[in-house]
Amino acid sequence: MAILVIAEHDNAALKGATLNTITAAQQIGDDIHLLVAGFNCQPAADAAAKVSGVSKVLQADNTAYEHQLAENLAKLVLELGRDYSHILAPATTTGKNFMPRVAALLDVAQISDITAVETGDSFQRPIYAGNAIATVKSLDAIKVITVRGTAFEAAELNGSAEISTVDSAEDLAISQFVSEEMAESDRPELTAAKVIISGGRGMGNGENFSMLEQVADKLGAAVGASRAAVDAGFVPNDMQVGQTGKIVAPELYIAVGISGAIQHLAGMKDSKVIVAINKDEEAPIFSVADYGLVADLFDVMPELQQKL
Amino acid sequence: MKILVAVKRVIDYNAKVRVKADNTDVDLSNTKMAINPFCEIAVEEAVRLKEAGTASEIVVASVGPKSCQEQIRAALALGADRGIQIETEDSPESLNVAKLLAKVVEEEQPELIIMGKQAIDSDNNQTGQMLAALLGMPQATFASEVSIADGKAQVTREVDGGLQTLAINLPAIVTTDLRLNEPRYAALPNIMKAKRKPLDVKTPADLGVELKQHTQLLKVTEPAERNAGILVSSVDELIEKLKNEAKVI
Ligand SMILES: Cc1cc2nc3c(=O)[nH]c(=O)nc-3n(C[C@H](O)[C@H](O)[C@H](O)COP(=O)(O)OP(=O)(O)OC[C@H]3O[C@@H](n4cnc5c(N)ncnc54)[C@H](O)[C@@H]3O)c2cc1C
Ligand SMILES: Cc1cc2nc3c(=O)[nH]c(=O)nc-3n(C[C@H](O)[C@H](O)[C@H](O)COP(=O)(O)OP(=O)(O)OC[C@H]3O[C@@H](n4cnc5c(N)ncnc54)[C@H](O)[C@@H]3O)c2cc1C
Repeated sequence: MAILVIAEHDNAALKGATLNTITAAQQIGDDIHLLVAGFNCQPAADAAAKVSGVSKVLQADNTAYEHQLAENLAKLVLELGRDYSHILAPATTTGKNFMPRVAALLDVAQISDITAVETGDSFQRPIYAGNAIATVKSLDAIKVITVRGTAFEAAELNGSAEISTVDSAEDLAISQFVSEEMAESDRPELTAAKVIISGGRGMGNGENFSMLEQVADKLGAAVGASRAAVDAGFVPNDMQVGQTGKIVAPELYIAVGISGAIQHLAGMKDSKVIVAINKDEEAPIFSVADYGLVADLFDVMPELQQKL
Repeated sequence: MKILVAVKRVIDYNAKVRVKADNTDVDLSNTKMAINPFCEIAVEEAVRLKEAGTASEIVVASVGPKSCQEQIRAALALGADRGIQIETEDSPESLNVAKLLAKVVEEEQPELIIMGKQAIDSDNNQTGQMLAALLGMPQATFASEVSIADGKAQVTREVDGGLQTLAINLPAIVTTDLRLNEPRYAALPNIMKAKRKPLDVKTPADLGVELKQHTQLLKVTEPAERNAGILVSSVDELIEKLKNEAKVI
């Protein structure tokens, strides 16, 4: 049986996490259908058709799916999903929102946030903030899975799948989109960036984050933060890295004024190279850092910016 | 308005887990246990709605062995009115938890159900969404702001790109994110009072739910160890290492 992957997109373009999810699907089987449910989502469907490994794109274009409301999207995936052996979505806030509804309606478990495919029914997933790795076997006929993007390479873009239209569309009208406030940035997205520089409580205030932004612009990096920095109102919530924020695994992660609590480490310790800048040599972040610099960030950051 | 809050007993967020030597599971013996931080935020939100006069009664439910009565009492000490423990073995699967809670909802008829977005032990982030689906109710997950008016909840959600606001018809399910509120500490007199608040115990059979096994835990292992590297003494040395040794800039 084929595998159904639910694309994450904003109607205009595919989100990167979709490509990592396709790679996970390819490790399970080779007949992969990619569902693009949205409104005026032709550009996203066209992009989906180019993803290598996808044999068919299903396009459901209706106002009911414009904002990916969980209730409507789950209903659609439920209708389509019964004919598949596996249903996969990225473990992003969108995937985490609607997929458990799909699982419950199919009367199956959801295997959340997988980091490896062992067989068609056994998967690895981190638990306890990444302090243990569980291998879980699904006993259900249909496997509903969310995928941690950083654990799988992105699929390439040299495919040419056919696009077929899905007609069924129902607006359950029990929830309504009111508004959104999306962060605008010219910098790369956190979960896709090759380099990330994150600030913590040690930054002192939001204005000081401009020191990180200047370095980020020199390195083509994204800017992240600890929960403490977000809670203190220095920066918005979408910048939080950690167990309950974003999971990242860039080539280079620079932690500035971050102590290294397990909840923060859970979100970044799979980075290839970690740099810690902290004035407290006892800070736990140094225990995972490849390169540590014990110093005052207010001295280091201007110097770094100047010398890069 | 009646509110139902579901709370889970989990490892204290400061405690470190150990993987058992035989790799069958994690070892939680002698580990400090607590109410899941997101559930604590859920209780706090319910109590604030009651203090504001929006809610009239707060019922708190937990699924698990008798030990989870401790967490129900903790929620009662924060201001919930009565508790329901649904007796099962340790770590019931999310879908089973959702099915049991669905029956509690049918009996109690709350207008709002508040849960944590995720339990910090299994990090599944799914029980609230499953419950909403089973009940055919709308949901607003990862809430950082909730207001109730005219039979609807207006909820601001923390999503990957920023913030999204939804209006959902009641009854509905809301799951909490970290910044919804900062839970209070229970005062000693309230802890004493909580001991006398009603706490019912039910079994899955009482609720007419047959538990099904959907997953099997094959093994639990340690994550790849990450070793501490070196300390550099200057910005120049750091840049040199990143360029020539790590080759990442
Ligand atoms: C349920 C739950 C979920 C959580 N989820 C997350 C999560 O997803 N992400 C997350 O990050 N946290 C999370 N946390 C919070 C976590 O436990 C820590 O509280 C948080 O990560 C601390 O942030 P911090 O390192 O910035 O602050 P602190 O721990 O206060 O550390 C600040 C550091 O800055 C250093 N410093 C100060 N001034 C300077 C200076 N001038 N120069 C250099 N260094 C300086 C200090 O030495 C210190 O090490 C969660 C907690 C709970 C309970
Ligand atoms: C190593 C390991 C791996 C596992 N992997 C999986 C897996 O991949 N898929 C799977 O389905 N199960 C898995 N399980 C079973 C898992 O223990 C249960 O799914 C879990 O206990 C249910 O809660 P949750 O973590 O899913 O809750 P979440 O969905 O993360 O919790 C959200 C909220 O639901 C409510 N809630 C959750 N549990 C309870 C409860 N017992 N009582 C009251 N309220 C509650 C709380 O409000 C909580 O804040 C695994 C168990 C272990 C030990």
